[in-house]
Amino acid sequence: MKLFLKTDTNFLIKKVLEEKLDVFNIKYNLINTNEILFLENIDTAIYNKIATVLNEYGFEIIENQKNIIVQKIKESIIEMVFNEEAPAVKSSVYLADKLNHSYGYLSNIFSEVTYTSIENFIIIQKIEYVKKLIVHHDMTLTEIAFKLNYSSVAHLSSQFKNTTGITPSAFQRILKKRTQINNQNIN
Amino acid sequence: MQKDFILITLADDDEDDRMFFTEAFDELKINTVVNTVNDGVALMEFLNAPESILPNIIFLDLNMPLKSGMECLKEIKENPKFNDIVIAIYSTSSSEDDIENTFVLGANIYIKKPNHFEKLKQVLSEVVTLNWQYITSGLNKDNFLLRM
Repeated sequence: MKLFLKTDTNFLIKKVLEEKLDVFNIKYNLINTNEILFLENIDTAIYNKIATVLNEYGFEIIENQKNIIVQKIKESIIEMVFNEEAPAVKSSVYLADKLNHSYGYLSNIFSEVTYTSIENFIIIQKIEYVKKLIVHHDMTLTEIAFKLNYSSVAHLSSQFKNTTGITPSAFQRILKKRTQINNQNIN
Repeated sequence: MQKDFILITLADDDEDDRMFFTEAFDELKINTVVNTVNDGVALMEFLNAPESILPNIIFLDLNMPLKSGMECLKEIKENPKFNDIVIAIYSTSSSEDDIENTFVLGANIYIKKPNHFEKLKQVLSEVVTLNWQYITSGLNKDNFLLRM
């Protein structure tokens, strides 16, 4: 006897994914046969189990490789900003050299995964550092501008205002008031 | 493992505003799951219900019946259970006192309600994108202040 079969590959893939994922009792949506959206946080242990189970059926998690590169870009940027050792070269050249990929490649993956550009991320991190210096070290803006290689206090202030919508001095004032309220509540 | 979507709750008593808001999010690149409540009392009931999954961001209208946005903000900030939630004030008021006051009380974001849908989309996109960096890049949420 001979059987002739017809298959719907999409149906098959969906069925396998559902069977394998339902075991974990995690809420998820199958967006299509190559995209799964998890509706809750997944810890590393479960993530690894899922990866192993799916692997047995020939599924490979690719999004994660991009995430690894993005993570490396972020770490390099944070190191660059917070170590205050401004690289002698432009940050694009610095990142390309350090991570051994063209800047175009890095910047495309970065935007795809993080929804923001590398340039923007550098500014966000710089402002984060400025905030930290304002809050924890009570430094004046002049000192901070000098420390972080801004050409002037005005440049620092305007970048701060453009990024956060408030001036550095308003930021300082608000955080001080918050601390006062918290202290009152404790006493 | 990072979540790749953002849970959002909007508390606003104006039906049109709720609709525009939900539509604006549908059109953004970042995946969002939006739920809406009609007033401050409903918001606090939702947040305090044990079975609720807490949102990443709450968009809070200041002028609401029964319980104002300001009262909600205070209650949310008093409960450590809600420490991880980012609070965005979403209001028609552009009074400097209101704005600074909400920041001092612990709001992270202040949005003056835009008049045009396109502008609303742009503003919400910026807010969610920046918030995404806070979720995924270990930025200090206590220092997260944004005025749009």
